[in-house]
Amino acid sequence: MNISRKWLEAFLRQPLDTHDLTERLAMLGAPVDSVERSHAGLSDLVVGLVKDTQPHPDADRLSVCTVFDGQDDYQVVCGAPNVEAGKRYPFARVGTVMPGGFTIEKRKIRGLTSYGMLCSAKELELGEDAGGIMELATDADPGTGFLEALELDDECLEIDVTPNRPDLLGHKGVARELAAGYGIQFRLPAIEGDYPSVPAPVRADGAEGTTGGVRVAIEDPEGCPRFLGAVIRGLTVGPSPEWLRSRLEAVGTRSINNIVDATNYILMELGQPLHAYDLATLRGPAVIARRGVAGETVLTLDATERTVDGDMTVIADEDGAIGIGGVMGGETTEVRSSTRDIFVECASFQPSRIRRTRSSLGLSTDASFRFERGVDRWAAPDALRRCLEIILATAGGTLDGDPVDVWPEPTNPPRIFLRPARVRQVLGEEIPWEALEQYLVAIGATVVSKPDDGRMAVDVPGWRPDLREEIDLVEEVARMHGYQNFSSELRPFRVGRLPDAPSDVAARAVRRGLSAEGLYEVVTMPMHRGEGSESVPLLNPLSAEEAFLRRRLIPGLVREVERNWAHGVRDIRLYEVGTVFRMAGPGERPEEEIHVAGLISGRRHPRHWTDGGHSGDCAQWDVAALFQRAVALANPAATVQVEGGSWVAVSAAGSVVGRTERIDADAPPWAAPVYGFEVVLDPAERQSQRYRALPETPGSTRDVSLVLHHDATAEAVETAIRATRGTRLESVEVLSEFSGGDLPAGSRSVAFRLTFRDPERTLRDAEVDKAFRRILQAVQQQVGVAPRGVDGGAAGE
Amino acid sequence: MPTTRHDVVQQLQARLAGVDSMDEAALEREHVHVLGRKAGLLTAALKSISQLPIEERRTFGAELNQLRQRFESAFEARRRTMAQTVRSQEDDVDLTMPARTTWSGGIHPVTRVIDEIVEIFHRLGFAVAVGPEAETEWLNFGALNFPPDHPAMDMHDTLYLDVGGDPPEGERMLLRTHTSPVQIRTLQASPPPVRVVIPGTCYRNDTFDASHAPAFSQIEGLAVDEGITFVDLKATLIHFAHEFFSPDTKVRFRPSFFPFTEPSAEMDIGCLLCGGSGCRACKGSGWMEILGCGMVHPNVLKSCDVDPERYTGFAFGMGPHRITMLRYGIPDIRMLFEGDMRFLSQFGE
Repeated sequence: MNISRKWLEAFLRQPLDTHDLTERLAMLGAPVDSVERSHAGLSDLVVGLVKDTQPHPDADRLSVCTVFDGQDDYQVVCGAPNVEAGKRYPFARVGTVMPGGFTIEKRKIRGLTSYGMLCSAKELELGEDAGGIMELATDADPGTGFLEALELDDECLEIDVTPNRPDLLGHKGVARELAAGYGIQFRLPAIEGDYPSVPAPVRADGAEGTTGGVRVAIEDPEGCPRFLGAVIRGLTVGPSPEWLRSRLEAVGTRSINNIVDATNYILMELGQPLHAYDLATLRGPAVIARRGVAGETVLTLDATERTVDGDMTVIADEDGAIGIGGVMGGETTEVRSSTRDIFVECASFQPSRIRRTRSSLGLSTDASFRFERGVDRWAAPDALRRCLEIILATAGGTLDGDPVDVWPEPTNPPRIFLRPARVRQVLGEEIPWEALEQYLVAIGATVVSKPDDGRMAVDVPGWRPDLREEIDLVEEVARMHGYQNFSSELRPFRVGRLPDAPSDVAARAVRRGLSAEGLYEVVTMPMHRGEGSESVPLLNPLSAEEAFLRRRLIPGLVREVERNWAHGVRDIRLYEVGTVFRMAGPGERPEEEIHVAGLISGRRHPRHWTDGGHSGDCAQWDVAALFQRAVALANPAATVQVEGGSWVAVSAAGSVVGRTERIDADAPPWAAPVYGFEVVLDPAERQSQRYRALPETPGSTRDVSLVLHHDATAEAVETAIRATRGTRLESVEVLSEFSGGDLPAGSRSVAFRLTFRDPERTLRDAEVDKAFRRILQAVQQQVGVAPRGVDGGAAGE
Repeated sequence: MPTTRHDVVQQLQARLAGVDSMDEAALEREHVHVLGRKAGLLTAALKSISQLPIEERRTFGAELNQLRQRFESAFEARRRTMAQTVRSQEDDVDLTMPARTTWSGGIHPVTRVIDEIVEIFHRLGFAVAVGPEAETEWLNFGALNFPPDHPAMDMHDTLYLDVGGDPPEGERMLLRTHTSPVQIRTLQASPPPVRVVIPGTCYRNDTFDASHAPAFSQIEGLAVDEGITFVDLKATLIHFAHEFFSPDTKVRFRPSFFPFTEPSAEMDIGCLLCGGSGCRACKGSGWMEILGCGMVHPNVLKSCDVDPERYTGFAFGMGPHRITMLRYGIPDIRMLFEGDMRFLSQFGE
């Protein structure tokens, strides 16, 4: 909402400081988004007094003037026919930048130097008059700022009005709030010009009435509960007077003609949208508010044919729809320069119907914006009268009969009861009855009585549709009391009963763990292209690229790897913890899981000069280790196994909950291979860790190199080693792998180290040797793998 | 093998003189040769004392023992000298060469900000609650006192999901536009006293640009109990601002509107960039909007079967992305959704 400082000053009848205004509006709940000075391009101009004027010796049409700016006299050569000694004009001195962008310079005109320029209205973009310089009807001292002297020194404040406060969508509402804040009275600014007094609208019986020969009817009382109208005949459509024009221009509304400007003035001042019809074009003549008929069309003011439906309220004459009620009038009945007689509408419309109408038509207007928030229907008669007065003052004509007020089911704004104890319960401070009363009166409510039960009966004003329940009044009390005036002392409290959500605890542990593994967390957009029928589509996606919710995290991370490559970054280590979605049954909530995924590419360790620059790139063994770590953190009940060409995590129930992947990406030739993993985060609470007693007896180790042929796997060997019972085996470790040499092709030698320990006593060498032999026999029998050589004791690696 | 006691002593004294010039290996060999337990010269000589006449034993024994002490201290001295040499050789290398490092990783700056916020509220007795990102219209709007067809919905440009079926009005699935549905879920699941903070991803139908993201994180707080008032709301959030920003951060509350709180407020802090004198970042006001808050609306408590006459509460919500951008001076929100290693590594542990 655009607010003019000078318009507010006219309400409050005192000068306002823009900075103070900004602060106050913020603290009242209507923060100022921006402040723009009106006519900012004219701020260098001053009032110049022409002391003397002489004809130019060498030019008939030029005069040489002596212009006084309060300090010095300047010689100015002027071409205007109307320049006169003793009068004041807008004076642009040397160095002034004009609205067109050019700078006034000292220059010679027919042999005489001119120090500045006296300006016409057109040169200042204040009007079309270029016939002469702008004579100022002011007695301001020479040198006074031109804008100040003409009271054009206004500011336009763009205020951010929350949807609950339609009353702030007009200057009157803002003035009311400020007056309450300043503790002063406010009143409507006077309308300039002569006009007869307009009688109060006359209530029609039932849903239909007439004014000036026009039938006014409501056939859709739900959509349009109140409809007022009046007829003015014999007026002259033309440009608006300066005061009206400048009021509108100050808030960024273009002046059109005196009739449209009058309705726009009321819109900006009182927040009531009105509409004027060319009476000659109304069939009947009648104006009827009724529901639209499916398929019916209206040609709206923006020259667009719009199809309405039965949920919309249309304004119709005897022939058909001529406007969309509360949204936009029609082109066929528009006021034109030739219009002599008009019908003025001032109506109320039902907010949610207007909202649906404007959203299904895709047509949001100043009117619909206000009606969907709620316009004060009880103030409609005053708004209509004021609008008629402005029209009569600026366009002439006469009112034909009393205005009519069709209001089939009159209502009153609600009465709400407020308990001072409730105020205390919510706000935490005792606010005395008198203060409560004062605050509520300040916002325009009527405190009706002091009932015996200790409650305050409050009749809320019609312009505050947001005040419906007691809590709404509690907020008004807090606002008027000033949020800053409440204590901010930290008082004792009870802690909540809930524990931290286990999934969040687990996610945090995963982040700490993977960050410690040297990976950076990344957060990517969860909207992707679809991946099969289980992807959840969006009804209103931002783009086709973002039309589905992600099923997994890796594709998003791959894009980030490619981004790094595009920047020439080769060493990439990323992970993400994020939500993924999968379609459930039709109409059902999609399934959500938290996934943990990581990608690595590039060197295994940062480059170091001691390596000679060759530290080697990450391989599958590196991602396998990360995967094991991620599974241990994210899904500790799962076990990691080899399946196909990768590692998978298998849950206790036997389902795959994670896997590693070799990623195919759009890689530049210098890039290293990319390895990734993704695992489901188990949201269950984690078992707390238990301490295991540290061994008090020494362990014994035996190393053996086993020759594995063809398909034999290390895992099978280890399983066979561990399966041998009664050996007191504690651990198995792979030391090295060797192939080639005298080994047959396709075979390899893998060195294992076995550690034996008895927690109770020191094992004798002979016992360990015996167990070791049994294990080797078992391995040979079960896996067909025999030792290449046997080393006893703790041989070196 | 020397035959006389004199020879033995002379020979040992000669060897003693050589210790000072031995290298590490020679020193070890010499140690074994002289003092070795099995066949050391001195050890053998000492053993042979028992065979001497009693009157010679004492003087020879004393002589040998003295020699042994001299050998021991000579060996010790030589070892120390050599260790010093090694160290000084190490000192000789160019220590300005780069150290050997491992990869460091790090938690995302937005997550760090969330963690920090959570930590402050943990100390104030709040626990972390979470909820789903795909929600029903009812939980995202209706239960939170959003009237249907109300302009308040304009504050939430919503992304709807196409999950098939023909869900009735209110049951349509959407991507939550705020974390507030978790307020309802929490209150329905657990009676007061409730004190929770709710971090999570939220979605709006916003074009991805320098200051808007269609998916962003939010952190919400909710406290419901008997006797909770507007004073508690102010005190708690001022405490938060002082902990998170700095103890001398200026804080102000001004009226605002959210359907699910009343009274509603915005909390501003003194501009982090200009300190309150007015700059472009704060639009000249000297203040920065940091969070929205208010007293839980009685209708919200009612939709959770909590008696609004007995219980009151406050709620608040803030955007960690914006706070992250302010804190680190990040100019474009999109950087927070990119995995640029050069960017992320600035926020390492």
